[in-house]
Amino acid sequence: MLLVAPLIIILCIFYFYPLLKLFPESLYRDGHLSLENYNHFFRTPLYTFILFRTIRIAAETTILCFLLGYPTAYLMASVRNPRITALMMLCIMLPFFTSILARSYSWIALLQTKGFVNFVLINLGFIERPVRLLYNEYAVLVGMVHIMLPFMILPIYSVLRNIDTRLVKAARNLGANSREAFIRITFPLSLPGIGAGVMITFILALGFYITPALLGGPSTLMMSTLIDQQVNRLGDWEFAGAIVVVLLASTILIVSIFDKLVGLDKIYK
Amino acid sequence: MGKVQDKPILSLTNLKKIYGDYHAVNDVSIDIHGGEFITLLGPSGSGKTTVLNMIAGFEFPSDGHIIFQGQPIDLLLPEKRNIGMVFQNYALFPHMTIFDNIAFPLKMRRVNKAEIIRLVAEVLDLVELGDYADRKPDQLSGGQQQRVALARAIVFDPPLLLLDEPLGALDKKLREQMQIELKKLHTRLKKTMIFVTHDQEEALVLSDRIVVLNHGKIEQIGPPNELYDNPTNEFVAGFIGESNLLKGQVRSSESDLAVLKLDDGSEHKLELPGQVRSGDKVCCCLRPEKIILVDDNHTDFHLTGVLEDTIFVGETKRYTIRIGNKTLLNAREMNIRNKVGPKPGDRVKISWEPESIKLIQSTSI
Repeated sequence: MLLVAPLIIILCIFYFYPLLKLFPESLYRDGHLSLENYNHFFRTPLYTFILFRTIRIAAETTILCFLLGYPTAYLMASVRNPRITALMMLCIMLPFFTSILARSYSWIALLQTKGFVNFVLINLGFIERPVRLLYNEYAVLVGMVHIMLPFMILPIYSVLRNIDTRLVKAARNLGANSREAFIRITFPLSLPGIGAGVMITFILALGFYITPALLGGPSTLMMSTLIDQQVNRLGDWEFAGAIVVVLLASTILIVSIFDKLVGLDKIYK
Repeated sequence: MGKVQDKPILSLTNLKKIYGDYHAVNDVSIDIHGGEFITLLGPSGSGKTTVLNMIAGFEFPSDGHIIFQGQPIDLLLPEKRNIGMVFQNYALFPHMTIFDNIAFPLKMRRVNKAEIIRLVAEVLDLVELGDYADRKPDQLSGGQQQRVALARAIVFDPPLLLLDEPLGALDKKLREQMQIELKKLHTRLKKTMIFVTHDQEEALVLSDRIVVLNHGKIEQIGPPNELYDNPTNEFVAGFIGESNLLKGQVRSSESDLAVLKLDDGSEHKLELPGQVRSGDKVCCCLRPEKIILVDDNHTDFHLTGVLEDTIFVGETKRYTIRIGNKTLLNAREMNIRNKVGPKPGDRVKISWEPESIKLIQSTSI
C-alpha cells in the first residue's frame, strides 16, 4: 500500500484538485449559483453536435486501431525469433520518442496541398489537381490512429504472448484447422487484451487535443478544442468547466456501459 | 509383449529431426502394434518429446517416415491425423467449461448435438467426473484436470493415444493412483498408447514395452523385465533401476573362470557370462538386490570385500561394500531375519546367482 502512496499524492495534487476546482466553477454564471452553463451547452445544437462528433471520432479511431493493431500484435506474438520481436517492438515504440506535436506537424507536411501524398497521387495519375487532404475529419482520423496505435497493440500483444502455445496445439490435435483454432481459442483468450486496448484508446481519443487542433482546423471542432477555445480565446472558465464535466461524465458513462457489456473485471484478472 | 498383430499400427522408420547441426532425434525406428502400451523413456533432451510431436504432427521429420494404419502421415496436418493426445499440464481450454472442453473434438468433427451430449456424458462417467460438466478447468484439482484431459483425448475414439508426461505435475501419491487408473483404462479401452516419461519407475509399472532414448538415439527396446534384467549397455543399466558396474580388463580366461583387473588396479577371479578372451575390456552389471552376503564359513562365494556402511531402511538394509582398492558395490537385503548383520569395517563375502551378472556395453571403453 505504501508503495502507491506517491502516485496517489501526485494524482491528488495534479488531477483531483484542479477537477474539484473546476466543478464548482461550472455551477456559477455571472457570480450566481446556477445550472445555466449546462443549460447553455445542451440547448446549443452546435455543442451537442461537437460532443457526438467527438464520441464518433473516438469510436472510429478505436475501431481502426483495432483493425490495424490486432494483426500486428498477432504477428509480433507469433514470431519466435526474439531479435525480430525486439525489432518490431522498437518500430512500435519509436514514435513515442518523438513528441506528439512533431508527429502531428509531420502529417501536415505529408498531407498539405503541395505535400508528399498529393505529389505521389498526381504523378501516378490518380488525380489531376491536388486534393485538400488537411483540415477535415479524415486528416484527424489518420493522425489520431497513428498516435493511438501503440496503445492498442501493446496490451493485445502482451495477452497474446502469454497464451499457452500448447492450447492451440491441443485444438489442432483435436481436429481444429488453424482458422478454427484461432476463432475458438486464440481470439476468445485475447479478449482481455482487446478490452484493455479499446478502453485506453477510446478514453485517450475522447480527450485528445493536439492532433485534432492541428489537423482538424476550425471546421472540425472537438470537445478538447472547444474547451481550449473557451479558456484561451474567450476566457470563459465557468463554461469551460461545464464542458470538462460533460466530457468526463460522458467518458464515465461510456466506460460503465462497456463494463456492463464486456466485464472490465476480466481485463484485470 | 502385448497382443502382437501382423501389421504394426504405427511404424517409425529412420526418423530424424535436425535443428541446425543439433540432432534432436537421430535415426529412430520403432514398430508399434495395436493395443500396445509403449513408453518412450529418457532424460530431458533425449528427443522423446520431439518423437511424440512428430507423431502428433506438430513437427515434421527432417528425414524418415511415419506410417500410421498403413498410410504415410509425415506431412499430414495435425488436425487430419485423428490421434489423441494428453499434454503435459493438460492444456485444457481455460475459457470453456469441462463439457465444452470434452465436446471440442466432437464439434470439430461435426457430430450432431444429441450425440455430443451422449458421448461426453459417457466419457465423463468413465473418468468419474459426471458432476463437473459445468465447471471451468481452474475450479478442478490437478488430478481432476488430468482426467478431463484424458476424457477429451479419448472421446472421439482415436485409435492411438499419445501421453506427454501426463502425470508429471501430480504429487507422488496421486501419481501412483493415476498410474493404476491409466493401466485399467488401457486394459478396458484396448487402445494403443504411447507414453512419454523420464520416470523409470512409472515406465516399468505401466508399459508393455519401453523404448529407452538418449541423445536422440534408441539405446534399447524391450519389455520392462527384459530391460531391467538384461540391459545391453551402461546407459540403460544406470537409467533403469540401480546397478553396480564392474569395469576392467580380462587378464586371463580359463573355462568358466576369468581374472578381471578392475580399473582401480585390483584383480579378482570371477565367473563371467559369455565368451571373454584375455585382453578384452568388459563392463559387468550387477543389481544390488541380487548380491547375497554369505556367512564367513561359506566357501561358495564370488568376492570378498570390506563393509563400509549400512543403512537401515525398514523393509530393506542397504550395504556399501568396498572391493579391491576403491570400487564400491551397493547391496540390498530384505529385512527378513532379525539377525545382527555385519558391522562397518567387517570383512564380508558376497555371492550371487550366476545368471545375475551381465556383460554390457560400456560407454567409456
